[in-house]
Parts: sequence; C-alpha cells; structure tokens
Amino acid sequence: MFYREAGDFNTTYAEDQQTFPIKFDRYRYYLVLFIAIVVVPFTVNDYWVNSIFMPFLIYAIAAIGLNILVGYCGQVSLGTGGFMAVGAYACYKLMTAFPEVSMFIHVLLAGGITAMVGVLFGLPSLRIKGFYLAVATLAAQFFLVWLFNRFPWFYNYSASGQISAPERDTFGITITGPNTEAWAAYAFCLVFTIFSAYVARNLTRGSVGRKWMAIRDMDIAAEIIGVNPLRAKLTAFAVSSFFIGISGALFFSIYLGAVEVGEAFGIQKSFLVLFMIIIGGLGSIFGSFAGAAFLVLLPVALKVVGVDILGWPTDIVAHLQLVIVGLLIIVFLIAEPHGIAQLWRVAKERLRLWPFPH
Amino acid sequence: MKDQADSYVTEDGRTIGPVVMEMKNITLRFGGVEAIKDISFDIREGEIRAIIGPNGAGKSSMLNVISGFYVPQEGEVWYKGARRPSMKPFEVAQQGIARTFQNIALFEGMSVLDNVMTGRLTHMKTGIFSQALWKGAAEREEIANREVAERIIDFLEIQAIRKTPVSRLPYGLKKRVELARALAAEPSLLLLDEPMAGMNVEEKEDMSRFILDVNDEFGTTIALIEHDMGVVMDLSDRVVVMDYGKKIGDGTPQEVRNNKEVIDAYLGVAHE
Repeated sequence: MFYREAGDFNTTYAEDQQTFPIKFDRYRYYLVLFIAIVVVPFTVNDYWVNSIFMPFLIYAIAAIGLNILVGYCGQVSLGTGGFMAVGAYACYKLMTAFPEVSMFIHVLLAGGITAMVGVLFGLPSLRIKGFYLAVATLAAQFFLVWLFNRFPWFYNYSASGQISAPERDTFGITITGPNTEAWAAYAFCLVFTIFSAYVARNLTRGSVGRKWMAIRDMDIAAEIIGVNPLRAKLTAFAVSSFFIGISGALFFSIYLGAVEVGEAFGIQKSFLVLFMIIIGGLGSIFGSFAGAAFLVLLPVALKVVGVDILGWPTDIVAHLQLVIVGLLIIVFLIAEPHGIAQLWRVAKERLRLWPFPH
Repeated sequence: MKDQADSYVTEDGRTIGPVVMEMKNITLRFGGVEAIKDISFDIREGEIRAIIGPNGAGKSSMLNVISGFYVPQEGEVWYKGARRPSMKPFEVAQQGIARTFQNIALFEGMSVLDNVMTGRLTHMKTGIFSQALWKGAAEREEIANREVAERIIDFLEIQAIRKTPVSRLPYGLKKRVELARALAAEPSLLLLDEPMAGMNVEEKEDMSRFILDVNDEFGTTIALIEHDMGVVMDLSDRVVVMDYGKKIGDGTPQEVRNNKEVIDAYLGVAHE
C-alpha cells in the first residue's frame, strides 16, 4: 500500500534519470544512509564491526568491482583474490614508505596501482572470451600470489613472510593497528563503500556503462555503433581492479591487520566474490551489496542458530555452510540468473500493483 | 550520365547531392571464392540507393565492405572525396556511417531507451573521471543526448516502450528499435541490411514509410538491401543489381526493370 508512484511525476530528463526515480525508494535510500552514517557508528561494538559490518562493507566494494567486469562488461574473471592482494601489498608498501601520509591517499593509490595491474592482465581479453578468459585470469591469480611470496621486497624482508599493518592515522584518528576503535574502522570503510557505490553507479548509467553493456550483449553490434572494443574492455578492467584494489587494501590494513598472501587472497577469495555477485545479481550495484551481505551474514546466522541455539558441533555447521552456498548457487543459476537483485525488482513490481493486481 | 559533383532534383522534388561514397573496382575473395568481382558504384548525398540481387549475390558482403567488417583484396573505397584507408568497424562508425543488420543485433539486456542511447555514443565525449562525478559535464551531456534520442523515439513512434527491455519486444518492433539506434547516431550514410525481412504487409508499409520519412526529414543518405521488389522499386532513387558477385545493372528503377540481364537473373533464362 505504501509503495506508490501515483502523483509522483518526473518532468525533466534529469529527474527521470536519477538513481531512484520513485519517491518512496529515494526516502528509503536516505534512511539507510542516515542509519549507516549517524546511528551505527555510535552504537556498534567490536563484535558487530569485526564480524559483520567491516567484512560486509569491504566485500561489497570487491563485489561492485567484480560486478563491473563480469556483470556489466561480460568479461569473466577469476583473478579477484590476486587483485585484492595487489591492493593490499601496494597499501603496505605505501604505508611503510610514507608513514606520515594519510591513509585515505594510500588506499586510493593502492586502488590506482591495482587498476594498472588489472589493465595489464586484461589485455588478453581482446582475443579470448568466456572460459578461456576465465582461465587466463586464473593464471593472474596464481602468478600474483606466487609473486608476493617469492620476492621478499614485497613484504619488507620480514622473517615470517607476512605483512602486518603498522599503526597509522587519518585526521588524527588511529585507524590501523591494535589500538583502533571499532567505530573509526567502520567509518573509514563506510566512506570508501559509499564512494565506490556512487562512482560505480555513475559510470554504469552513463556512456561508459553503455559501452560496457554493449560489449557484453553483442560485441559485433557494439563495434558497429562506434565502440572501440579494446578500450571498453580495458576501462572495465581498470575500474573493476581499482575497486578490488581498494577492497584488498582495506581488507589487509583495517580488517585483518596482518596477512599471509596465499591464505587471505587465495583462489577461494576469487570464488567467494564471484559467488557474491552471482547470488546478489549480475549487472546490479544493489546486487553487489545484497550478495556481500548474504555471504557475510550466512556463516554468522548459521553459527548462531546451529552452534549457539541447537548445540551442534562447530565443524558440522561449517560444512553445512558449504553445502548451503553450493546449493544456492545452483538454484540461482537455474531459477534466477539475475540473483537477489532481480527478486527484489520483481517484488517491487508486484508491490506497485498490490493489492489490486488487475 | 551526370557528373560526380553535380546535384539534381528528382521528380518528387527532392534534391540529390554530389557523390558521397564511391566504390571503385571492389573485389572480395574468401579463399578461392570470389564473393564480389570488380564492382564499382557510387552513392549520392540524400538519395535512397538499393542493392538487390538473388540470394548469394554478394549484397551483404558489399555492405560489410562499406562498414569495415571485410577488407577487399582489390579496389578502393572513396568517402566524402577522400580515399578511405582500411578501417576497423568502430572507426567507420565514428566517420558517420551507421547500419542495421539482417538478423537483429540489438543489446538484449538493455532497455529500448538505452539501446537508442548507445547510438549516441559517437557523440558523447566526456571522460571517465567527469562521468564518475556525474554532476556537471557528464549530466549535461547525457541530457542533451537524451533529447536527441527522444526525438528519434518520437519520430519512430516507440515512446510507449522506451523503458521496456528489448528482449521482451516482438520482431517487428525490434527492427524499428534497431533503426532508431542507427538513426540516433545522426549518420551521414545509413546502411540497412534487409530492413523488411520477415515482416507482414502492414509492418512493411510502416517500415517503408519510416525509411521515406527519415530520408525526407533528416536528408539522410540511405543504402539498403531488400528482397521485396515492389518495395525496392517504390522506395529507391537508383538501384544496383548484383548476381554471382558481379554487377549486372545500375540505374533508376525503370531502367533496371527493363534491363535484359536483370530479367534473366530474376526470371531465369533458357540455356542452349
């Protein structure tokens, strides 16, 4: 009954093209932003930030990045873990080399470096497509992890071979290292998540996004309307890797604090982010958030229900999680290839007409 | 024979300008097969030029040469008074040549409006950074181009479906959307590959009307391939007839209709 667009007229193209053309959607979006910015930082504790909010925000950035490449431009990539590692190591090298520079700059620069690496590994995409491209990006994944293990320069010759984030601050507030307050880490990640979503939305609704989608839907027709396929694909790789690099930098410096590359940024990470966008919805920014939320919340929810309430052993619950995720991916691929985002769209279509659908 | 630079006025009062595109002695081979054999013809500004011929005559290959998919082994393509070097299809598009396909080549995952807007891509120049910010240059450009796209949408009478995903549309409408996308580029030369294939009489009449209107209102030069002889004879100013990769006729519909070789090619001829 509440979800109505009656009396809500768009009279200019600018109004028609805004992200949420329906008033109700717009207010709901402002409400979510308000809660995320004003309410959450003052009410969260360590547990909530570390087990739910931070992984959600960081994975959402990675999912947005991968969604641009896979969902909007149609280039399958299994190199997400490797690109996150590039972001993490770039951030680590910058943090240790320039301790006095703000973390904001380091994270953005780490994203920029990852974008360049992404373009490099995106070059084969001009010639190869589909499965073959997926395998080529898989090579990037293994090569990058090997690279960061093999050359001690990347981890500053530390004995353990790990990288660990030294204490750094931004605007005088500590945001890395053991003395970080929960709300500060949350706020720092939130800024980047909002920034990523905003930029991704703007790029995908304008001419750049249309070039990507044209390449995705039919590359021959895209060429005939004047899209340079190499440039379109490489910008997709660059933008996608930029976001993935930011998420890798945050994942290492803010969330984990110390990282062993094979463990944190292995092939499982690539698959995890890919599952997020498949379940959440390919070609949708909202889907990236939905998928990240789902796969972050699922283990937490299962643990609460399985271990705390039903008293099952932990290992059974952990295995159950794998079964459920696998099952869901099959179900989504068959029943709803556009994921949670599409379910959400269909629900909204129904709500607009409810309770009088005829 | 008129000179290349001359203009003339047709019977129905339209002005046909000088030659805008000229194909000189084009030969295209696929391995040992000669798809196009030494064909020359020209397209004048503002005219509707038809390429006809039986199946396998090389008409689509000719269109693909013009739009840059195939590079001919011999011959030259002259466009707007200069010899065109061999180009990629997207560079040809940037020169102002738009086309439609025989089997529809729309972007199925996008709405009608987005499809038409892709036609504007060659006119949209803002960089990736100002687009990331959106406010300012990118938004202004988007709205300016949206206005052009909406004019085309109005013109082709597809307002009602502008937000519908293309994959949900019936065949006839898809053909019209594809025409809209090509028109949105405001091309100086529009290539139509069988715009009426698979349509019923009413849809054909609609499409013919749109083609004439486009030519009339925007002065767009159109080169089209079509099988329906009635349509071709009614629409076009001049006709090229191809058979087995060779040009067998060229001229006004009336001239072509009375050309003996053309009649033979279409009706068959007794072999002694």
